[in-house]
Amino acid sequence: MYNQKVLEIFKNPNNAGGLHGANGTAKLVDKNCGDVFKFYLKINKDTNVIEEAKFKTMGCVASIVCSSVLTELVTNKGIEQAKLLTSQDIINVLGELPSEKMFLADTCIETLNHAILDYFKKLEKEQKAQEKKNI
Amino acid sequence: MDRKVYLDNAATTYVSSEVLNEMIPCYNTIYGNSNSLHSFGRDAQAMVDRARDKVSKAINAKSSEIYFTSGGTEANNWAIKGIARANKNKGKHIIVSKIEHDSVLESCKELEQEGFEITYLNCDSEGLVSAMELLHYIRNDTILVSVMAVNNEVGTIQNIKTLASIAHDKGAIFHTDAVQAIGHIKIDVEDMGIDALSMSAHKIYGPKGVGALYVKNGVHIKSLIQGGTQEKGKRGGTVNVPSVVGFGKAIEIATRDMVANNQKLKTIRDYFVRNVMEKIPYVHYNGHPYQKVNNIVNLSFEMVEGESVLLMLDLEGIAVSTGSACATGSLETSHVIKAMGLGEEWSHSAIRFSFSKSISKDDVDYVVETLCKVIEKLRAMSPITKTGRAK
Repeated sequence: MYNQKVLEIFKNPNNAGGLHGANGTAKLVDKNCGDVFKFYLKINKDTNVIEEAKFKTMGCVASIVCSSVLTELVTNKGIEQAKLLTSQDIINVLGELPSEKMFLADTCIETLNHAILDYFKKLEKEQKAQEKKNI
Repeated sequence: MDRKVYLDNAATTYVSSEVLNEMIPCYNTIYGNSNSLHSFGRDAQAMVDRARDKVSKAINAKSSEIYFTSGGTEANNWAIKGIARANKNKGKHIIVSKIEHDSVLESCKELEQEGFEITYLNCDSEGLVSAMELLHYIRNDTILVSVMAVNNEVGTIQNIKTLASIAHDKGAIFHTDAVQAIGHIKIDVEDMGIDALSMSAHKIYGPKGVGALYVKNGVHIKSLIQGGTQEKGKRGGTVNVPSVVGFGKAIEIATRDMVANNQKLKTIRDYFVRNVMEKIPYVHYNGHPYQKVNNIVNLSFEMVEGESVLLMLDLEGIAVSTGSACATGSLETSHVIKAMGLGEEWSHSAIRFSFSKSISKDDVDYVVETLCKVIEKLRAMSPITKTGRAK
């Protein structure tokens, strides 16, 4: 069902765990199967580069592996570049995923975008607070 | 990874050497077609007859009531569709439970297309089908009731004698899928009031691709496979003599050694469950607390997902199975777990461990130790935190 590459990553996924000081986070429950994804991003506010990305996922092999691959793909990428990533980029790394599991790569991308959005929302909040302070 | 422990014996077992030795001559010495008139055929037929005797004895039936099939799935298909179609002049209502094997449920779906009405009985949270519910739904036009003797996912033993008696009171035929029961609990079709019963060889250390349907003399059943006079004209096709002989031997051994195997398996099962419960927090036992077979254990591990547990154990050489939505290929939790009404946090991670008669305590220790590591690793990766529903 899963190829060797997927199983290798599953055995030792990279970037699993929480991230202290993350400034962009998102948690998503997949509506099809109930798998739960949480992404943590540490983004440099001056450069908008994702310096660190981690994940916590409760799900099948595909969910865990896609999470691991995506957090690797976004590390050291600018936010705008990260937003251009698609599920195909994850599949390209893995070679293939069983067809019935493909949607989980999409869910990972969705979680990433929510985490980036969370970063912007936090930034906006901070800016507003700063403006208020200045007044 | 060198060590291998196979805990998926409810899916299939190895073929025991006693069985294999019995089968081998049927491939190269007594290889005639059991339907042929010459001595080669007669010798093969004698082997088939002996196997039929063994199967009938194991369930206290007459040998004339045993029909060999390609396995449990065919036996179930035949029982449900064959009995329904042969008795439709008496009524078109059938009752089965929601936790039946797909071969029963899919057969019922086909019958619905033919105008039969099917009632699906619920089970409780321990996997037990309610006799009261059967009493409630059974009608004068109910022609067939089918409830499995032992559930394949959680191992709950149904109250077959009671259910059969309720069916008979309304004049309905009672069928049971006993694929997971043979060799684990005593089956006496006379005493239990069973009219039709499905069996399979490869769950009891016999070969794959062979099973049987018991049909009580006098019960009408239409054949599914035409084109031959084999099995008294009820099931066409050259008899798979080596496998039938293997099945005969396997069922003979299974009933002969049942008490001893059960004692061993109960000790192993209890040791395994006790250890897992002690060493891993937030584990839920799925199934009946005592009305259960000794070879099947179904446990849920909160905060993780079943397929991941299965494959991480597999990477350590341990084979188990899961009914989690992610592993079924259909994104649906197993219909049994669903019917039992388990909460999402438990149904997501239901793992079935099914033991063989040759399991050792050492194997169990290795599995528990590995399981601890696997669950810990997956929980460290999980965004779900303790739900407070610890058992």
